[in-house]
Amino acid sequence: MTSVDDRERQVLERIDKARRRRAKIKDERITLAHGAGGKATHTLIEAVFLEAFRNPLLEPLEDQAVLSLGGPRLAFTTDSFVVHPLFFPGGDIGELAVNGTVNDLAMSGARPRYLSSGFIVEEGLPTEDLVRIAESMARAAEAAGVQIVTGDTKVVERGKADGCYINTAGVGVISHDLTLGASRARPGDVVLVSGPIGDHGITIMLARGELDIEADLTSDTAPLADLVDRLLAAAPGVRCLRDATRGGVATVLNEVARASDVAVVLDERAVPVRTEVRGASEILGIDPLYVACEGRFIAVVAPEDADAALDALRTHPQGTEAAVIGQVKADPPSLVLLKTEFGGTRIVDVLVGDPLPRIC
Amino acid sequence: MTRMRFVDEYRDADKAQALAARIAELCEPGRQYKFMEVCGGHTHTIYKHGLEDYLPESVTLVHGPGCPVCVIPMGRVDDAIYIARQPDVIMTSFGDMMRVPGSGDTFFDANAAGTNIRMVYSPLDALKIAKQNPDKRVVFMAIGFETTAPSTAMTVLRAAKEGVENFSIFCNHVTIIPAIKAILDSPDLRLDGFIGPGHVSTVIGCRPYDFITRQYDKPLVVAGFEPLDILQTIYMILVQLSEGRCEVENQYSRVVPWDGNLRALGVINEVMELRPYFEWRGLGFISHSALKVREEYARFDAERIFDLPGVRVADPKACQCGEVLKGVLKPWECKVFGTACTPETPIGTCMVSPEGACAAYYNFGRFTRTRVMEATRS
Repeated sequence: MTSVDDRERQVLERIDKARRRRAKIKDERITLAHGAGGKATHTLIEAVFLEAFRNPLLEPLEDQAVLSLGGPRLAFTTDSFVVHPLFFPGGDIGELAVNGTVNDLAMSGARPRYLSSGFIVEEGLPTEDLVRIAESMARAAEAAGVQIVTGDTKVVERGKADGCYINTAGVGVISHDLTLGASRARPGDVVLVSGPIGDHGITIMLARGELDIEADLTSDTAPLADLVDRLLAAAPGVRCLRDATRGGVATVLNEVARASDVAVVLDERAVPVRTEVRGASEILGIDPLYVACEGRFIAVVAPEDADAALDALRTHPQGTEAAVIGQVKADPPSLVLLKTEFGGTRIVDVLVGDPLPRIC
Repeated sequence: MTRMRFVDEYRDADKAQALAARIAELCEPGRQYKFMEVCGGHTHTIYKHGLEDYLPESVTLVHGPGCPVCVIPMGRVDDAIYIARQPDVIMTSFGDMMRVPGSGDTFFDANAAGTNIRMVYSPLDALKIAKQNPDKRVVFMAIGFETTAPSTAMTVLRAAKEGVENFSIFCNHVTIIPAIKAILDSPDLRLDGFIGPGHVSTVIGCRPYDFITRQYDKPLVVAGFEPLDILQTIYMILVQLSEGRCEVENQYSRVVPWDGNLRALGVINEVMELRPYFEWRGLGFISHSALKVREEYARFDAERIFDLPGVRVADPKACQCGEVLKGVLKPWECKVFGTACTPETPIGTCMVSPEGACAAYYNFGRFTRTRVMEATRS
């Protein structure tokens, strides 16, 4: 007779195998969960888009594709913005649309150069709002050192877009010869975060006004290329950079753990989270590790460069609260683990969809 | 993380170490202890903080039936979606209900096919939506134990007072005591004590648990929701066992009054009455285990307003939620756990809510403890 431990191990191995199987989409219709950045999004991307478009540039599923057209390497990316409300404490959809794409480029170590911007505007949107959004984009572009050089505008009937949706695409130039990527993490590496997490996501939740909670909190939206430049110059041992947008730090680190087939072990006490974000998360029963940031990234760095990397981040105005939050280990592969502040351990898995508030 | 008052005191690792040592001392060598935490909130805390790392191997925690989302039978989810499909209906629901499968769809699926089911944080939000949309019929999917029933009842009273006639509730409130009794009567279960539900007890108080100590000889300690609360509760149960006592005790006295909240009970009683019987997911029909809207408030009762199909849907054959809810099976011992039934494609409700035993185990604990502890040792 097999022992309980053996049986449990067998069950867990079966699950592990099931998780490694090729993604298949079983849902009959697209639901909001497919857009939330969690497991449902991954399944959709892998089963529908990767299946249809498969090529070596797309396959790594990084935040950007790295292209060679003869000259220096180029980074190329696109992102769409559907945030509601359009204006929120600390930013608006326009600023987000510039910074989001700029940051996806910066995560390859590229210097962002040119953006496109496509607007889908709902009939009835006050012109004044659109002007405000455009002006905000112009300011954000200037701050990030990029130019918006091409664009497109469509207007749709009332009720068909939530005020305004924006798509931006961007190109940047890579002048270093490092290769960064989610699959490059190695046991022994150190995991850093560039600042306190969850500010943007909680700000948006509160700005929707559904919660009757008020907090002194603003979105962290910011262009990160400068900070990344500083980091790469000081620490050539950087293996991977990811901005922790949709799905938060937990989701991004799961992508690293899976792509590199390593374990990422986080120390909850070391993760910087503002009191306001913690407080709101406690009330809502959600975990800040899954809450979106728009101006924070995680860096996986070779151990010998960890101190230099932390120092480079902390001496830049955008990275003063950067911290080492974890380590890469060999086992158990493809998993993110958390040493809780209470002193226990648990798994940090990818969520299916958006974090759902618990009822009690 | 930044220190936070009223939370961090209850998550102190040094205090946990000290308690763990005392717990280990109290365990008799060679004896196995099984304690059930009744409430899903406790299950969530246990996994979220990795509390089992502090327990000796001889102590096993069994996850009970106190996850309100997990005990809703599929037929009721179907009925709710039926209501949502009627003309001019806006359905409102707590967030973790959104992904619970009925016989076919979840609320999310139903929305993708055209219904308007919105997530709210309180029944008062639903009432607000009703006032903002006078030409719609706004229904609140009311679920939960005595914890959430008072706020539902209060909302009905307010709707009556303000004359909001386009508001109703689909009442699925359940009561905790009959469920605990059903578990105690199940023949295949051996328990040594109960970690008593905290939030429910703020309303019903500690007296209703007396029968557990008297008739079934099991100690019960009402527990708070921070990890130190639960460790201290386990310690208190072990002290009772070692001293040969069997009593109801209150670890959560900072929140739970011994006699409960009479006003809240009064409000429930004003608006709702016991149903003769109600079906629980996995546990079957339990008599006097749920609440319905009283005749006087019939105009706020979606069950009376809409002609519900009310079809009973048997739990899927492969699903062993019942055994998991009763604590007979550990989540991973279920035949479909982690393979056919995952958080992405839940078959049983225990896999849906983060408070469900299966989801908690899958999301937080899905690895043998030794391997996880090995990896996190620095």
